[in-house]
Amino acid sequence: MGAATETFYSVIRRQGITRRSFHKFCSLTATSLGLGPLAASRIANALETKPRVPVIWMHGLECTCCSESFIRSAHPLVKDAVLSMISLDYDDTIMAAAGHQAEAILGETRVKHKGQYILAVEGNPPLNEGGMFCIDGGKPFVEKLKMMAEDAMAIIAWGACASWGCVQAAKPNPTQATPIDKVITNKPIIKVPGCPPIAEVMTGVVTFITTFGKLPELDRQGRPKMFYSQRIHDKCYRRPHFDAGQFVEQWDDEAARKGYCLYKMGCKGPTTYNACSTVRWNGGVSFPIQSGHGCIGCSEDGFWDKGSFYDRLTNIKQFGIEKNADQIGMAAAGVVGAAVAAHAAVTAVKRLASKREDADHNS
Amino acid sequence: MMDAIAPGSDVRSDLSAIAADASGERAVGRPTVYVYEAPVRICHWVNAFSILVLMVTGYFIGSPLPTVAGEASDNFVMGYIRFAHFAAGQVLAVFFLTRFLWAFVGNHHSRQIFYIPVHRKQFWKEVLHEIRWYAFLERKPKMYVGHNPLSQTAMFTGFTLFVAFMIVTGFALYSEGTGIDSWQHKLFGWVFAIWPNSQDVHTWHHLGMWALVMFVMVHIYAAVREDIMSRQSIVSSMISGERQFRD
Repeated sequence: MGAATETFYSVIRRQGITRRSFHKFCSLTATSLGLGPLAASRIANALETKPRVPVIWMHGLECTCCSESFIRSAHPLVKDAVLSMISLDYDDTIMAAAGHQAEAILGETRVKHKGQYILAVEGNPPLNEGGMFCIDGGKPFVEKLKMMAEDAMAIIAWGACASWGCVQAAKPNPTQATPIDKVITNKPIIKVPGCPPIAEVMTGVVTFITTFGKLPELDRQGRPKMFYSQRIHDKCYRRPHFDAGQFVEQWDDEAARKGYCLYKMGCKGPTTYNACSTVRWNGGVSFPIQSGHGCIGCSEDGFWDKGSFYDRLTNIKQFGIEKNADQIGMAAAGVVGAAVAAHAAVTAVKRLASKREDADHNS
Repeated sequence: MMDAIAPGSDVRSDLSAIAADASGERAVGRPTVYVYEAPVRICHWVNAFSILVLMVTGYFIGSPLPTVAGEASDNFVMGYIRFAHFAAGQVLAVFFLTRFLWAFVGNHHSRQIFYIPVHRKQFWKEVLHEIRWYAFLERKPKMYVGHNPLSQTAMFTGFTLFVAFMIVTGFALYSEGTGIDSWQHKLFGWVFAIWPNSQDVHTWHHLGMWALVMFVMVHIYAAVREDIMSRQSIVSSMISGERQFRD
C-alpha cells in the first residue's frame, strides 16, 4: 500500500488483463453506451491517466465496527473497492506498515496529493483535557485529524461516532467526544451514520466519488441523499401492518409470530433515516426488523440518550424525573384540571356569599 | 386597555332605554357591541374542531389502539387515524393563516391575539388587576369589549404561539413522509436543523399537544366563568359576534 499514484489502467494490467482486452473493453463500452466514434479512445485515455483517489482512513474514539462492516461489502466486493477503485494509502488498523513507516505516509500524502485525497474518519476526537483521551501515534487524535483535514479534498465521517458522537458522546460524555463536523468546519463533510453503517452504503459512497469524481448530493444534515433520504419506516416490509393498526404488543405474543409492526415495542424505524429496509445487511440477507427486533435508530443523532430502545415515546429527564411526554402532559393537565375545579368551587362559594350580602343590603 | 368601559360611557348610555309591551311587562335594553366579525367566528370554530380532532388522533398515533385482527389488507385503522390527523392539521394551518391575515383587514379586536403590547405600562397594570380578580382579591371585574389584558396575554402565548409551534413541527414531521423533495420539507425542514433526530421533534409535538389541552381547559373555564361573573356574554359572542353587557 504505497503512496505512489496509480492509474486505473495499471490496476487493470496488474490483474492480468492484456492491453488488447483493455481496448476491446473501451470500444465495447463506448458502443453500448451509444457514444461517438472518438469516445473509445477517450475512455482509454481517461483510464490510463486518471489516478485512483487516494484515501486516508483514520481511527479516533471508535470500536472499529465501521471497518468490520466495510470489509463485508458484497456489491462491490470490498477487495475491488480497496484494491481497484481507491488507493487506500493509510489505514492503521488493516495496513501492513506500522510505526514511523506508517506515520510517514501521512506526511507524504499531504504533500503529494494536496487537496486531492479523501480523509475517511472512523470515530471522533475527544476534546476534554486537551484531547488526551485518544492518543494516536504519540499525539492527541484531534491534532492528527486537524492536520490531515487541512489538505483533504473532502472528509467522509464514517458511522454514528464521526457523524453524531454515538456512545462515547452519550450523556454525560466525560471525554467530550465531538463529531467531526463540530471540529472541522472548513471542508465538505459527508456523514455516513449508522452503528455501523451498512457495508454497501459505505462502498456505495466510495464508488460514487471515484466514478463521478465528485461528492454525492447531501441532505440538510450532510448525509448522502441516495441512502439517507427515507426512513426505515417508509420502506419497511411490515408497513402494511402499521397502516392496518396491527402491532406486536409483547415479544412473545401471536402478533410477534405473525410479524406485525413493532411500533409499540419501541421500533425507531419511523424516526430513523437509513437504507436498512431496502439494502439490508450481510449481502441483503436480513435487517433488524426482519429478524423480529425493532430498529434502535443507530444512525440518528444521540440515539443513546433517547430513553429505552423499547419505548415508543422518549423519556424526558428533567428536574430529576424520568417520564415520557404523555405522562408529563397528562400530569400537568391533571393539575390544571384540579386547579380549574378548585377555582370554580371558590368562585361559586364567593358568588353565593356576595348574593346573600346583596340580599341583606336590599332588605 | 382602550376598550375598557368606564362606568357611564356611551356603551351604557342606553341602559335606560326601556319599553313596555301591552301587558305592561317591561323589556330591558342592554348595551351590545359587535366584537367578533364573521371570519373570526368561523376561524374560531373550525380551529376548535380541528384541534379537537388533532388531539384525539394525535394521541392515538403516539399510543395506538389495540391490534385489530385479520388480514392487513382488510384493515386501515392507523391509516384512517393518520389521515384524519393530517387532514385536520392542514385545515387548521389554512384557517390559522386565514385568521392571521384577517387581523390585517378586520377590526381592532381581530388583532388582539397576535400581539401583546409589552411596552404599555397601563396594560400590565390591568393584567395585574385581572390576576387579582381571578385571585378573588377584587370585588368587581372591569368590563372589556374584546379580550381583557390577561386573556389577551393568555391567547397570544397559550394559543397563537403554541398553535404556530404545532403547525411548524407538524408540517416538519409530515415532510418525513412526503420526502425531502416535497414543499413541506423545503418550508419546514429547518426544524431538523434544530433537532437532528426527529424523535425529539415528536416529543416536542407531544408536549405541545398537552400544552394545548391545558389551554383549552383554562380557555373554556374562563369563558364560562366570565360569562357568569363579569355579567357580559362571552360564549354566545363567539356565535353571534355580539357582546352584551348585562348590567
